[in-house]
Amino acid sequence: MTAVLQTRGLCKRFGALTVADNIDFTLEAGARHALIGPNGAGKTTFVNLLTGRLSPSAGTVVLGGEDVTRLSQQERIRRGLGRTFQINSLFRGLSVVDNVSLAVAERRGVSGRLFRPASQLSEVRDEAMELLRSLGMADDAQVVIANLAYGKQRLVEIAITLAMKPRVLLLDEPAAGVPSLETHRILDVLDALPAEIGILIIEHDMDLVFRFAKRITILVNGATLLEGTPEEIAADPRVREVYLGERHE
Amino acid sequence: MQEFLASLVSVAFHGVAYGMILYVISVGLSVTMGLMGFANLAHGVFAMAGGYILTTSLDHWGLPFPAALAVAFVLVAAGSVVLERLLYARLYAAGELAQVLFTIGLIFMATAIARLIYGTLQQPVHLPEGMKGQFDLLGRDFPAYRVFIILFGAALVAGLWFGVERTRFGAMVRAAVDNRAMAQSIGIDTQKLFMATFALGSGLAGLGGALGAEIIAIQPSYPFEHLVYFLIVVAVGGLGTLRGPFVAALVIGIADTACKYWVPQFGAFLIYVATILLLLWRPAGLFGRTA
Amino acid sequence: MRHNGSYSASPRIGLLEWLPWAIGVAAFFLMPEYLSLGARILIFILYALSLDLVVGYAGIVTLGHSAFFGLGAYAAGILSARFGVADPALQLLVAMTACALMGLATGAVILRTRGLTLLMLTLAIASILLEVANKATSITGGADGLSGIVVAPILGLFRFDLFGKTAYWLCLAVLFVGWWVTRRLIYSPFGASLVGIRENHVRMVAIGSPVPRRLLTAYTISAVLAGVAGALLTQTNQFVGLNVLSFESSGELLVMLILGGVGRIYGAFIGPVVYMIAQDMLAKQFPEYWSLGIGLLLVIIVLFARDGILGIIDRLVALTRKEAR
Ligand SMILES: Nc1ncnc2c1ncn2[C@@H]1O[C@H](COP(=O)(O)OP(=O)(O)O)[C@@H](O)[C@H]1O
Ligand SMILES: [Mg+2]
Repeated sequence: MTAVLQTRGLCKRFGALTVADNIDFTLEAGARHALIGPNGAGKTTFVNLLTGRLSPSAGTVVLGGEDVTRLSQQERIRRGLGRTFQINSLFRGLSVVDNVSLAVAERRGVSGRLFRPASQLSEVRDEAMELLRSLGMADDAQVVIANLAYGKQRLVEIAITLAMKPRVLLLDEPAAGVPSLETHRILDVLDALPAEIGILIIEHDMDLVFRFAKRITILVNGATLLEGTPEEIAADPRVREVYLGERHE
Repeated sequence: MQEFLASLVSVAFHGVAYGMILYVISVGLSVTMGLMGFANLAHGVFAMAGGYILTTSLDHWGLPFPAALAVAFVLVAAGSVVLERLLYARLYAAGELAQVLFTIGLIFMATAIARLIYGTLQQPVHLPEGMKGQFDLLGRDFPAYRVFIILFGAALVAGLWFGVERTRFGAMVRAAVDNRAMAQSIGIDTQKLFMATFALGSGLAGLGGALGAEIIAIQPSYPFEHLVYFLIVVAVGGLGTLRGPFVAALVIGIADTACKYWVPQFGAFLIYVATILLLLWRPAGLFGRTA
Repeated sequence: MRHNGSYSASPRIGLLEWLPWAIGVAAFFLMPEYLSLGARILIFILYALSLDLVVGYAGIVTLGHSAFFGLGAYAAGILSARFGVADPALQLLVAMTACALMGLATGAVILRTRGLTLLMLTLAIASILLEVANKATSITGGADGLSGIVVAPILGLFRFDLFGKTAYWLCLAVLFVGWWVTRRLIYSPFGASLVGIRENHVRMVAIGSPVPRRLLTAYTISAVLAGVAGALLTQTNQFVGLNVLSFESSGELLVMLILGGVGRIYGAFIGPVVYMIAQDMLAKQFPEYWSLGIGLLLVIIVLFARDGILGIIDRLVALTRKEAR
């Protein structure tokens, strides 16, 4: 197994608040890795540090063997790092297929062309449609996001990221806000993802986590508390403490 | 040398007076922009209204000067609440372009109304006798009215800062500027808070416009003409702070006076250039928090 | 009627889109006494179109677009009045170059900011140019304006006549080119990514789009278009006044654009037509009521009809369709 994404001593402070505390983390190629922890533990911040949306106070991020700590978001994306957002971040005024097409065109490097009509690049739209079909969303392709049910918007969120053909995929609570009856659709999509993509998923739905992940890391107050297989995690008394503790608040 | 020192003192004096006016007018804009995220380009309308109310109360209603100042504050504050409830409040979530256009619309209307009522000439300000003279200090003359502006402004600033630091209202405003969702979740009625803050900020603008009517002439194109300066004070000082705009207003007041005195051929050019450089260095202003 | 370029939008020019040009040509023959107003309207359509590209498509709210309009106007005027260059094509070319450089230089630094700071910076840049034009009287004529501008016949053939016939055709032709270029851009992949940036800046960055470069490109192209409009104004008026650089000018332009409809191409056509014809009929007689009315109209549009005249037409069309069913 090789590591596709790694952090060493990653720290992030907002003023006096330490949100990432010396995190050493490794994501293997093709991993199905879950990051869990109570609200405010710093999970989203960790993702932002990985993608370069935030820059760390200390520590390094290594992507595919290369130190990318100083690289911009865009440069990390070009090296195969994709992420979805905890809160939908879509192009609300555009149709589903246009949303995905934007990402496809960006990846293919054709999005900066000034004069040729975009619609003549039929390969962009075809690829976007193909992707939507594979996610079972072909019927909704022409719907404008603002008119789309929330659960489906979460799928578009994933589709946009998949359109970038990432080698590493960071999913920030992909099922957040989705009615529990529909989470199985998200899970279906996740299960069908290409095996070679390394996936880090942040999720509160423990059923989903235990069905999907082969490895779990627990983050508390910005520090890793524990890492192991689902069985090891389920058996650890500290985990119950963290989660029960959270419920008491 | 003697000559130079004398002009230095004079520039500083007039600059501080001008800066005080800029601050009293602009501070409300900084707070409301920080609090509500509303790009209110029409803030100068409130200042202009204050100026017109002052001259009208002095000349037509025969009010004494202090009462005229108070009336300017109260009427402008009251009028702004009506505007806030009826119009501004509908656009809090509407995005920058809508807010910008809406407030430009208000400027157009206010300008037209001012012209209809008062004509295009600038309004003369009839100061009370006691404030017309010169103040003699260290062998130099200082216009008494500017001394009054500086002292009054300083008292106002002290009161304002004390109020925001120490009162419950101030604490709520600070909490809401910091984190609106959090403030709402601990039970602060942000709608009322917005209204009160808006009224206070606009009232202060009215007061500033009245107080400064002798320095910044009251005429219909006032809101367009001076908008850049009010915005500069806010942008340079930083949003949602009281101190930032104060420092910015004083610096700009002094710098502007100095430029007009020593290098009139440049006009406001240097101020604009300095503003651009500063904002490129610190996009959130001197005291604003970088996002 | 919305023109959002995207990977699924057909770039074919619809029949209705030829209507403005038919009207433009017909107006020349039907209303010869209004040619100078007509030329001004055409110029402002081009100016509004350039604004639509940045505000409507790229989502950059600017208060300083008059900087480019004014720079173009002064560049052409100074070239003629001070350097004796009377060739209209050369004047346009110099105006375009000046605005391209200015757009690049200012855009590169200010487009990194957002919100109030960006508003402030655009306003400050326009204010600087205004201040320079006001004070550098030996070059710009200052508050008296720049006169003594000579424009040679176009291609050595078409002399600028007193009735403004040549000027009208020139403006119409240049606007046509400007429209064609803009429309092409909007339907290109670049245009689609501008819409993406307007809709969601953060996500565009997250899918790896070079957002700052895209914005800078759009801003510079828009600057050039505005500069061309300014230069045309100089050539038709043979005079440049300080007001081309004023904040009111930027404000008025925004009014025209939103009146027609933002982010739709043809909003930039309808807005100036309606605004300037109304202005021509009303503003002289009732200046106070004119700006009162404009202000009121703006407030009403923002509150109730944010997508302008074209948006209202869209809604009416949708309504009648529903009724017909
Ligand atoms: N930009 C920021 N500035 C200050 N504090 C922040 C910022 N972003 C996140 N935080 C704080 O960091 C902590 C962790 O947040 P987050 O990473 O979103 O947690 P999680 O995703 O695990 O729920 C929270 O206390 C949050 O308030
Ligand atoms: Mg989170």
